[in-house]
Amino acid sequence: MQHRIDPEKVGPQGEVMAHAIEACVHCGFCLPACPTYQVLGEEMDSPRGRIFLMKEVLEGSLSLEEAQPYIDKCLGCLGCVTACPSGVPYGELITSFRAYSEPKRRRPLFQKAFRMGLQETLPYPARFRAAARLGRLARPLKPLLPSFLRAPLELLPAELPPPEPLPERVAAEGERRARVAFLAGCAQQVLQPGFNRAALRVLARNGVEVVIPKGQVCCGALALHTGERERALRLARQNLRAFSGDYDAILTNAAGCGSGLKEYPLLFRGEAEEEEARALAQRVKDIAVFLVELGLREVPPLKEPLRVAYHDACHLAHAQGVRAEPRALLRSIPGVELVEIPEGELCCGSAGTYNLEQPQIAATLGERKARNILATGAQVVVTGNIGCHTQIQNHLRKLGQNLPVLHTVELLDKAYAGQL
Amino acid sequence: MTPALRELEILFPKGLLHRPGELAPYESDALTAFRARPLAVVLPESHEEVVAAVRWCQKHRIPYVARGSGTSLSGGSLPVEGGIVIALNRMNRLLRLDPKERTAVVQPGFINLQVSLAAAPYGLYYAPDPSSQPVSTIGGNLAFNSGGAHCLKYGMTSNHVLGAKVVLPDGETASLGSESLEGVGPDWLGLFVGSEGLLGIATEVTLRLLPKPEAYHTVLAAYDTLEKAGEAVAAVVASGILPGAMEIMDSLAIEAAEAAVGAGYPREARALLIVELEGEAPEVEAEAHHLEQVIRSSGAYEVRVAQSEAERMKIWKGRKAAFSAVGRLSPDYIVQDGVVPRSKLGQALAEIERLSERYGLRVANVFHAGDGNLHPLILYNGRVPGELERAEELAGEILRLCVALGGSITGEHGVGMEKRAYMPEMFSPTDLEAMRRIRQALDPLELSNRGKMFPGGEPRPPSGPHPLERAGVIVRE
Repeated sequence: MQHRIDPEKVGPQGEVMAHAIEACVHCGFCLPACPTYQVLGEEMDSPRGRIFLMKEVLEGSLSLEEAQPYIDKCLGCLGCVTACPSGVPYGELITSFRAYSEPKRRRPLFQKAFRMGLQETLPYPARFRAAARLGRLARPLKPLLPSFLRAPLELLPAELPPPEPLPERVAAEGERRARVAFLAGCAQQVLQPGFNRAALRVLARNGVEVVIPKGQVCCGALALHTGERERALRLARQNLRAFSGDYDAILTNAAGCGSGLKEYPLLFRGEAEEEEARALAQRVKDIAVFLVELGLREVPPLKEPLRVAYHDACHLAHAQGVRAEPRALLRSIPGVELVEIPEGELCCGSAGTYNLEQPQIAATLGERKARNILATGAQVVVTGNIGCHTQIQNHLRKLGQNLPVLHTVELLDKAYAGQL
Repeated sequence: MTPALRELEILFPKGLLHRPGELAPYESDALTAFRARPLAVVLPESHEEVVAAVRWCQKHRIPYVARGSGTSLSGGSLPVEGGIVIALNRMNRLLRLDPKERTAVVQPGFINLQVSLAAAPYGLYYAPDPSSQPVSTIGGNLAFNSGGAHCLKYGMTSNHVLGAKVVLPDGETASLGSESLEGVGPDWLGLFVGSEGLLGIATEVTLRLLPKPEAYHTVLAAYDTLEKAGEAVAAVVASGILPGAMEIMDSLAIEAAEAAVGAGYPREARALLIVELEGEAPEVEAEAHHLEQVIRSSGAYEVRVAQSEAERMKIWKGRKAAFSAVGRLSPDYIVQDGVVPRSKLGQALAEIERLSERYGLRVANVFHAGDGNLHPLILYNGRVPGELERAEELAGEILRLCVALGGSITGEHGVGMEKRAYMPEMFSPTDLEAMRRIRQALDPLELSNRGKMFPGGEPRPPSGPHPLERAGVIVRE
C-alpha cells in the first residue's frame, strides 16, 4: 500500500512501520484470522483496518484519539501474520506503533494507575504474590469495585501454590547431552510453579544440564506489547547481562516469554546493544523445539489411553511458527491420542494483559475457545503458555467443566513418572 | 451531525459508523489505487434494515454501495465520496441447508468457503472457488459473478445460484429465480448476477450444492517456457479430457508463492501447469493415464502427482496465495483480469512478454488457463514518479490485446471502477445505451453503486432520448 509517512519524523521505529505498511496489499486475507473481526465484524477491528488507521495517523491525516480504540482492541495474537500471503510483519508494526503512541496519549488517571500497577506487579514474583493475596482478600468487595478491577480478581486462583525458589543449576541425568540456560518466567512462577519443576525434571531426564542464571528478570514482553518501551528496555538490559554465558541454547517454557526474547532485536533497534540482542534472540528456543531437536529419551507407555487436545498458544504458533514440535512431543508418549481443536488458530483471549484491559472481548473469545475444546471430547487440554492456561481453565470452569489443563512438559513429566 | 444523518442514526442505533476513525478503513477495497471517504457506514442485520437504508438513500438522493469483505480487485465496493456504505457483514448466517434438495440458503455476508464447510457433513460442497474464498462473501460473489480455478468444469457463480431475494434501488423487494433448476419467464436472476451492485442488493441467496468429487488427481508439470505450458493446455482439451481445473503460473508468480507459503514448487521452472482431474474414482483413474501421456508429450521437464490430500492442498495453497504474495516482490502492483480464446493463449502470453519489456515493468502471470482467463500482475513502484501511469497504460494495452484476440476485458473481477474506461473497447455505444436503460428503468437516479461499470461514471439526467431516437432511426410512442 502506498503511504506518505516520513520515517525520519516518526522516530527509531519509523522504517519498520513504513516497511510493514508498504507490504500490505489490502487483500483482506487477514479478516477471517482476526479474533476481534470475528467477534465485532467491523473493518476498524481487523488487521487490514488497523494498518490503514496506523498509516493515517503516521501520515498525520487522522488524530491518534480517533484510531486508538481500535489499536487498543488488537490482541497482538498475530493470527493475521500466519494468514497474510503478502508477508506483512504486523507484529513489528503494532508493537512499534504502541511504543510510538503511548507517550503521546492522555489516559484517565485511574487507567494510568491500573496500568502502572500491572507493570509494577506482574513481572515481579514477590510483588505479584503479595498483590494476589491482597486480591483474594478483596474478593468479597467485588460487586462494589469498578469494572476494570473486577477482571483481575476473577482471574486469580482461589489458592496460590506455595513459592518454590528454583535452584541455580540442575545436573543432567546419565550422559550429558547439552547445557542450557533457562528463563523462569515471571507470572508463571507465582501462578503455576509446577511448570518450571516439570520442565527441569524432563530436561534432566533427557541428559540436559540446566542453569537458571541469577539476575534474570521478566523478559519485558508485557511492557513492550503495551507500548512501555523504556520499561521493556530496562528489563531486557538485565537479561542481556544475565544470559551472556556460553550455552547450547536459552530455553523458555512460556510462549509469550520466548517470543518476547526473540523480539529483542526490534526492541534494541538503534540502541548500542542491537548486535548483542540479535545474538541472544538467535539462541532462544521454546522447550518443545529444543526437546524435539535433541530427541526424547524413551517415554514409558501410559496405563490407559488418553485423549489430549493441544491448544496452540498464539505466541508459539503465530509468533514463532512452532506448531509441529509440541504435537510431536505429545505423540511420542505411547497411549496419547492427539486431537485438533476446531478454530485452533483463533486466540483464546488471554493475550498478555489483554484479558485485564479488554475483559469483554477476552471473555467472548475465552468462552468460544472453551466450547471448541469441549467439542473435541478430550480428557486433557495441553498448552505451552501460562496466559492461555489461566484463561482456558477459567473459562472451562465457568462452563462447569473441570477438564484438566496442563503444560506440554507437565504431561511429559507425568508420563515419565508413570503417573498416568 | 446533519438532520439526515440523525435520521439514519435513529434507523441504525447500533449499526451506524460516522466518525473519521470508523470511516477511514472503509475507504477502499482490495484495489487501493482508489479511495473515497463515505458519509457513513451502516451495518444492517435484516432484510428490513437493508430496505430502510436504501429508502433513506432514495429520500435524500444519496448514492450507496453494498459491501461484503471488501476484496474486490476492480474497486467494485469502493464507496462513493459522501455516499453510504451498506456493509453486510452482520448478515452472515446460514439460513437453511437442505441436503436432499442440495441447496443452501444464506445471507449475503456469509463467506464462500463456509458454505462448503457447512455442506461437508452431507458430502456436498459449493463449487465456485475464487482465490478469495476464505474471505469473500456470497453477496459479493453474486454481484461480480465470481469465478475461480474450478469454473472450467463447473461454470461461474451464475451457474450455482438458484434464487435471490433482493432489495431493488427503489426499496421494493423482489424474489428472483426459484429453488428448482427450471424457472419460468425471463431470467431476471441471470440479469442480476454480475450486475456489480447496480441493480440492487441481495439479502438472501439460494445456492446449488454439488456432491463432493469422489477422487482427485492433481498433476504439477514444470516447463522451460511459458508458451509450452500454454500449448499443453490446448493439447489437454483437444485430447477430450475435461479437467476440474487447469492453472498456469510463471516464474515470478512461482517465486512469490514459494516465499509466501512454501508450496514446494520447482523454483527454477519458467512455467508451471497445474491440472486437476476430479470425479468418480474409476473415471479419474482412466483419465489420469490419458493425461499422463498428453503431459509427457507436451515437453514438461518435470511432472509430479500429489500423493495425498495434504500435498494437493499445498499445491492449491500456493496458487491461491499467489496474487497477494506478489506483494513480497513489489510494493505495488495491478492485478489484471482479461480473457482470450484458449487457442490464443500462447500468442497472448508472448505478446504480454513483449509489452512488459517495452514498458520496462515486470509482469507476473497467474491464470486460469483452462478457460483462457489471464491474470497478468503488473509490478510497479508507486513512489517512482510516472511508474503508476506507465503501469496503467500497460494494463490498458493488455486489455486491448485481449479484445483484439477475440476475448474480453474481464473474466471474473468485474469492471468496477478500474475498467469502466475500457467498456467502449468492448461494447458499441448502442450496447452501452441498452445497459444504461436497463439500469435507469430500475434506478433512475443511479444511486446504487454510482460511478461503477459505465464509462464516465457520473449519472446522466434520467430518461433522455436514445441516440438512435435522436438520430431519427427509431421512434417511441
